[in-house]
Amino acid sequence: MSEITRLEKHAASVRRGVLSMLATAGSGHTAGSLGLVEVVTAMYGAVLKFNPKNPHDSRRDLFMLSNGHVAPVLYATLAEFGLILKSELRTLRKLGTRLQGHPERTKLAWLETTSGPLGEGIGQAAGMALAIKRDGQALKRFVYVVTGDGELDEGNAWESIMFAADQRLGNLIMIVDRNGIQLSGDTENVMPLENLSEKIASFGWNVQEINGNSFEDILNAVKIAHDITDRPTAIIAHTTAGKGVEEIEGDWHWHGKAPSKEQEAKWLKVL
Amino acid sequence: MAKSTLREIRHGFADGLLEAARADSNVYVLSADLSSSLGFDKIAAELPNQYVEVGVAEQNMICVASGLAHMGKTAFAGSYSMFSPCRNWEQIRTTVCLNRQPVKIISSHSGFSDASDGATHQALEDIALARVLPELVVLSPADYAEARAMAPALAKDRRPTYVRMQRGKFPDIFPDGIEFKIGPARHIRDGKDVVIFTTGSMASTVLDAAEILEKSKISAAVVHFPTIKPLDEKTVREMASKYGRIITVEEHQIAGGFGSAIAETIAEKQLARLCRIGVRDSFGESGSYEELLKKHGLDTKSIVAQIKKFMLE
Ligand SMILES: Cc1ncc(C[n+]2csc(CCOP(=O)(O)OP(=O)(O)O)c2C)c(N)n1
Ligand SMILES: [Mg+2]
Repeated sequence: MSEITRLEKHAASVRRGVLSMLATAGSGHTAGSLGLVEVVTAMYGAVLKFNPKNPHDSRRDLFMLSNGHVAPVLYATLAEFGLILKSELRTLRKLGTRLQGHPERTKLAWLETTSGPLGEGIGQAAGMALAIKRDGQALKRFVYVVTGDGELDEGNAWESIMFAADQRLGNLIMIVDRNGIQLSGDTENVMPLENLSEKIASFGWNVQEINGNSFEDILNAVKIAHDITDRPTAIIAHTTAGKGVEEIEGDWHWHGKAPSKEQEAKWLKVL
Repeated sequence: MAKSTLREIRHGFADGLLEAARADSNVYVLSADLSSSLGFDKIAAELPNQYVEVGVAEQNMICVASGLAHMGKTAFAGSYSMFSPCRNWEQIRTTVCLNRQPVKIISSHSGFSDASDGATHQALEDIALARVLPELVVLSPADYAEARAMAPALAKDRRPTYVRMQRGKFPDIFPDGIEFKIGPARHIRDGKDVVIFTTGSMASTVLDAAEILEKSKISAAVVHFPTIKPLDEKTVREMASKYGRIITVEEHQIAGGFGSAIAETIAEKQLARLCRIGVRDSFGESGSYEELLKKHGLDTKSIVAQIKKFMLE
């Protein structure tokens, strides 16, 4: 089986996990979570160095969601690769769970940080990348952070983008979930981001634009990013919000809605 | 009191921090374009590998500090109180406190001490903002020596911390080399009739006031609280029963500040009958709305039960 076929199999399973956990929880963010399945699956399935037996291994790469609301895709991927039990996915958003509605580091050892309030992840990832660089490990350990596109309305994000360029953090890779939607509409209607690629590049970053639902594109982009050591890389990943469920694809109304049990049953059949 | 020397509290902290950074290469110092205001420029010059300039970006400074802390650094992030924690409060809440990272928010120009710059720069709300955050230790040193001792103590402590310091020269109260421990209040003047509680640079003013009161036959003890949170409740209780009268003096809004912290302790534990119902120094979590209200004693049934219990006490 080729690597891509293997990842596609995992992705299909992660996608089902996302749908089911959201339907069971009865609330949560469906569109962004489904659109990021390939990105997060590629990370844990092919890109990240980690030790499945020790979440705190000092040689590991670091991966985090700045857009904490898409936590279901992260939890489902952790389960897919055996880092947590698949049965635990049913506890999403329930009292006492490690799978909080938004990720909390102190609750689950596999998480590198706590996120939900938007705009804060890039700066934290930059701090981590800077520590690694100053400890002389920059070519060995990478820090990956996913940000939403609507999330980039936050000024804090741009403070961090400026900072990461100033520090020449070649070991920092930011993946922008360019799905074109945010909470209350399409990004270009709520607050236009274009020309996003030029904006980020003008801050001193290397920028690539890819199809974020294509494993070939993701793996290739990460490889290119690894070879650029004098500045951070932004991968603008064009994804389809709600990917896999045709009737909700691209529809911003599904930003913060969970499927019903009936929808879950129906959609699991087409996935 | 004999006012020998006048020194800057913030310079005491910076001098102590330089020593701590020399001793431990995991001590990192961040500044948001205010290194000279905090006395951090010496650290920047001598230990550039442990120094991070973030520009005028206090929100990002906290995020970066949290990231550094996650990688094993103890991150001291410096600014003015008005901008940190007042500008970047939510970053502190989420990425430092809830995320439980050893970030130290080091701020000067607190209270009225940035006097000529005006109200825009005078932080009179920062204790309230800081004190309400779970996990966060809140400190305010009284003089150079205490601040100097504080820095190395914080470098060895894992807790998120906010340090509030006034700018300007203040009389030495404590000898150089004095120890600092998070928690205990310091008895700095004996008295028979009444006790005055205070914090930060106001301590020296209060000592002066006590001297003047003595002439009017009022003998006032003075207790300085370098630690506002966690509050030294034992001392508060002992003093409450010993004196029966307590005065608090702080350079901060009465609402939510140091005096409020004392009032909460006195009212709840000692002098007055008071029953407070609410969320007690904890974060929420996922669950149904009803479950969470119940867990925190805020559903109708729990509220009724707590009030009934209080009426029988
Ligand atoms: C600081 C902050 N403000 C507002 C919100 C509420 N909120 C959650 S997600 C979201 C929209 C984010 O858009 P995007 O990053 O594009 O995410 P997507 O809808 O594509 O999943 C908003 C406004 C928040 N979580 N944090
Ligand atoms: Mg979006």
